[in-house]
Amino acid sequence: MKEYNPVCKGSVTKYVFVESPSFTPSDLAIKAYEVSQGVMIKETCFGLQITGNENEIETIVELLRKLDPLHIFVKDRGFPPGDNRRCRSNLGGARPGYFGHEFEMGLLHFISYGLKSLDSSSTPDNEPLQRKMIEKIPLPLEKLRQIIDSEVN
Amino acid sequence: MAKVFIYPATSLMLSDLVARFGHKPLGSAISVRDHIQTAGFESPPLQMTPDDPKKGLKYAAVEVPSGVRGRMSLYGPLIEDADAAIIVNDSDYAFGCMGCARTNELVKFLIKERKMPIIELLYPSTEEEGVTFVRSIRSFLDSLKDGSP
Repeated sequence: MKEYNPVCKGSVTKYVFVESPSFTPSDLAIKAYEVSQGVMIKETCFGLQITGNENEIETIVELLRKLDPLHIFVKDRGFPPGDNRRCRSNLGGARPGYFGHEFEMGLLHFISYGLKSLDSSSTPDNEPLQRKMIEKIPLPLEKLRQIIDSEVN
Repeated sequence: MAKVFIYPATSLMLSDLVARFGHKPLGSAISVRDHIQTAGFESPPLQMTPDDPKKGLKYAAVEVPSGVRGRMSLYGPLIEDADAAIIVNDSDYAFGCMGCARTNELVKFLIKERKMPIIELLYPSTEEEGVTFVRSIRSFLDSLKDGSP
């Protein structure tokens, strides 16, 4: 057994995803570098990965969010960028683990629309839709029977 | 600020919305970070040590596959630490091998066993559902005050 000495100990890594018509990952990287005091910033195709001291990361993330609050999304990441165990430059081929992000990136414009609607408090809460969204309504038995009958006859 | 467990634990939109509305999201990144930043013996590829399935024994019986117990050593402490939870039920991408699938079932079960405030939703597929999704989460999070509903 080998001794394990973690790198970037005590650091925090955050993903910043951008789905904005006005900002690109490169714009965000430049803004982040302007206020950074030594955190690691990596520009990616979807946004940024920022690693460093937690307080400084929070400050940068707050600043980036303000640029386009409806289209910039942030989440934590466990591994620092370029970690040998996750980076595809070492693993070869596509990096596993982006399926969830890929799926949710496709739905982010609905969330942006939802966040935008929070500003206009005139829209009432849609109770029936809310109930529908809690649980998928199963196919009623009678409807199933009709489908079977239509196939048989 | 309440600690809110999110399911799927890797969800980008849930993590963002919880943080955006002033609470702390508890997702798998937190546990993974703890794991890989703790010194000890090397255990590649993801630094899951033989002790982790043992820790998982608190949540799943010994005959349950070690993969489930190992995953529970990541999720179990987060669920115990959480004050509330948000569950998105139709997260098909969270289904991987049987280890993931069974862990997902167990995670949902443990969340409900804790009797903490929970909101269950489905992913939005239209703009109207997006509005309802965001509003439901915001009103749920607004109802949490420092961890209590």
